[in-house]
Amino acid sequence: MSGSIQDTFFEECEELLEATDEGLTAIEGGDHDSEVVNAIFRAVHSIKGGAGAFGLDDLVAFAHRFETVFDEVRSNRLDLDEKLIQLLLRSSDQLSALVEAARDGGEIDEAHNDTLLAALDEYIPEEEEDLTFEPMGLGGPAPMMDLGDLGGAPAEPQEETYRIRFQPLKEMYGTGNEPFFLFQALKDLGELTVTMDENELPGFDAMDMAEAYLAWDLVLVTKETRSKVEAVFEFVEGLCELSINGDGDAEAEANALAALDAMFAAPPAGDAAAAPEGEAPAAPFEPPVPAPEPEAKPAAAEEKASAPKAESGKQEQRGGPKPTLRVELERVDRLINAVGELIINHSMLAQQIANLNVSDTRDVETELEGFKNLARDIQEGVMAIRAQPVKPLFQRMARIVREASAATGKTCKLVTEGENTEVDKTVIERLSDPLTHILRNAVDHGVEKPEDREAVGKSKVGEIRLSASHRSGSVCIEIKDDGAGVNRPRVKQIAIEKGLIPENAELTDGEIDNLLFAPGFSTAKEISNLSGRGVGMDVVKNAVTGLGGRINISSAPGKGSTFTIILPLTLAVMDGMVVSVADQTMVVPITSIVETMRGSDDMINSLGADGTLLSIRGNFVPICDVAGALGLYRESDQQAGVYLLVETETGQRCALAVDDIHDQRQVVIKSLDGVCGEIPGVAAATILGDGKIAMILDPESIIAASPTAAAFDTERRMSNAS
Amino acid sequence: MQAEAKQTDQEVKHAEHSEFVSFTVAGQAFCLKITQIREIRRWSPVTILPHAPADVLGVMNLRGAVIPIYDLSARFGLQQTEASERNVVIVVSVHGKPVGLLAESVSEIISINPDDIQDTPPVDSRNTMEYIQGIISHDDTMVRIINLDAVISAPEQVMP
Repeated sequence: MSGSIQDTFFEECEELLEATDEGLTAIEGGDHDSEVVNAIFRAVHSIKGGAGAFGLDDLVAFAHRFETVFDEVRSNRLDLDEKLIQLLLRSSDQLSALVEAARDGGEIDEAHNDTLLAALDEYIPEEEEDLTFEPMGLGGPAPMMDLGDLGGAPAEPQEETYRIRFQPLKEMYGTGNEPFFLFQALKDLGELTVTMDENELPGFDAMDMAEAYLAWDLVLVTKETRSKVEAVFEFVEGLCELSINGDGDAEAEANALAALDAMFAAPPAGDAAAAPEGEAPAAPFEPPVPAPEPEAKPAAAEEKASAPKAESGKQEQRGGPKPTLRVELERVDRLINAVGELIINHSMLAQQIANLNVSDTRDVETELEGFKNLARDIQEGVMAIRAQPVKPLFQRMARIVREASAATGKTCKLVTEGENTEVDKTVIERLSDPLTHILRNAVDHGVEKPEDREAVGKSKVGEIRLSASHRSGSVCIEIKDDGAGVNRPRVKQIAIEKGLIPENAELTDGEIDNLLFAPGFSTAKEISNLSGRGVGMDVVKNAVTGLGGRINISSAPGKGSTFTIILPLTLAVMDGMVVSVADQTMVVPITSIVETMRGSDDMINSLGADGTLLSIRGNFVPICDVAGALGLYRESDQQAGVYLLVETETGQRCALAVDDIHDQRQVVIKSLDGVCGEIPGVAAATILGDGKIAMILDPESIIAASPTAAAFDTERRMSNAS
Repeated sequence: MQAEAKQTDQEVKHAEHSEFVSFTVAGQAFCLKITQIREIRRWSPVTILPHAPADVLGVMNLRGAVIPIYDLSARFGLQQTEASERNVVIVVSVHGKPVGLLAESVSEIISINPDDIQDTPPVDSRNTMEYIQGIISHDDTMVRIINLDAVISAPEQVMP
């Protein structure tokens, strides 16, 4: 039970962290609007609240500091300078890390955490310092000791008297809070006198049961600090009218604080006393998105008034985003499967009708066409459910770039474009790793060191542009850096050293660039812990091809490199050409086919013992017999007489020889994962109109498996070399 | 392995009187617990998987799901079955996935008292020891109880 609630919390955390990142990115971009700051504050506050409920102490401690700093920013007591923004960004990253650690039970980098906490503390006025969560963070020292250490404040805390006026709003009862427990908590702090104020209680017949009429005047004599007292009311912030007035102590504390930290001019405790009582009550009725705090307002009153607003703001409907529905992914997938069935069912039906031998099928065919269109509509609709904007992914990438920059001592900024481009959820998930890798590479190898950049007249800050767009049925993701570009002589030298190409090979620039994708290639001069861990860009390429996509690189020396990833819109359906190979029906993805042709004998030329080339308008391309590559044998005399000209990633062309072409149609992709292991040459399977299963071929790996084409490839390299 | 096999034997023995479906594979009688079987279908030609081992016949469409079909006979190291219309495909669920097993024919449903199950006597073939969980005598013939989890291991790598 609690597990599922916790899951919900972590789900919410994801969203809240996204909101935080989004806000921080906006701030980084120069938007210092108070609404943005408030949004972040609210998000962090919600994380803290939830984390507190689950006893995630580390997270609470960190979120609290983070939130406090933001509170300072919000109250215009801190300027958002570059240094602070960077700290906030890093803190946001750390907050994500802590949430992840809490969720997955991983370890957190204590040292890094402490560094950030210390850095955040520098921005927090001392009075805030000991606010309730201190013991958790430091594990031992008593809060009193802490205060003493920090400020040299009087070692012996004095007894203080607080006069508290507490009037719950009806919302407070609505959320299940009970004044009695608050009083009990206060009683633990010191001597408490409670007086109930029932003046507002109307006559019995005028009473509205849902309304709150009672108020309490409390007098608390305690040695505890003011913030301890305030902390008691933390969870009813915004749900009650509250004022806390300290007697006598204010002066002493104010003096101490003023001495401690001259930076923050407004000593909270002193002003609290001066805060008009009317301030706080107004808070809950303020508009959902808190307006900027009037500067004239005393600091401590702000603290009281603004926090409640954050609470109430959270409950109010946010105007911006459209209402959404959170659905289990599994349910959507079930629907997608069912729609896939529907499409298969349609083609089966069509085939059955065609086989009926009825003379006039026009009416049925019209209806069938309508059925088909509806099925397509549903399919597209369901696919749209799975489609998600790439924004969260891009935001995570911003974090990667920050981390990579920090690790390499370079300064880079990530500019994102087309964040609202929608891509299938699975694609987004599986794109995360390759993108991370490319971006780390871009920072590590692409962008030059700041001094080198200045030397060639570029801005010190490297720019990496990450953009997404739709391009005729595919999604195009581009990663562009303004670094030095691919160091071609170096790449070539390494490729030769690693035996990837012959020593005297003559390669075009494009071919050299593509060597980066060759397995086992890594150009880092020394192994940094960032990239160059033995896995190279070939992993990226595999990941992208695994998604049915392609990746290309183009580079201009001195100007930077661009990686272009082209992905299919969905993973579930694709357009394919239905062919037959050795009496088996198979499907070739249409995206890889350049052209198709029926071959005649005079187009075929032998090369060597068993190599054959197809002549197409004067160009010779190697022929790859699909049946041979798949290890199938023809029982009939049928000859492979139809050629599909395909182009591989490296730009190499090859003619796939098949027996016949039957049809071109949309097919539903059925993964063979879990059915059998990886089969060379086969990407997946699909179900055809007659209910039979057909293999979906992977031209790239067929060519690799075909002895002829592979041999030709080597020959060509060799001939290039000579 | 031995210990594990024993344990499964024990489990079978402690079970209540249970029903098994018996069938023939390459002339020998085998059986599977009825609860392991999802359905029995008539054989229809399958789609060949390229580069598949001899005991994997191919894949079949089971109401929209792609399921692999194994030739039990080849799996047990007996001769390969020449699949025809008279043969049956027994669809079982292993490791949470449906899998089809080609058998010659299905015989009957037999009720087995767990106490009647005898341990597989040690034979030379390690595979046989793994694949056969126990044996019982039914109508004077020996019926072999198949250890499904051992026969169909997790999806394996197909050799190129």
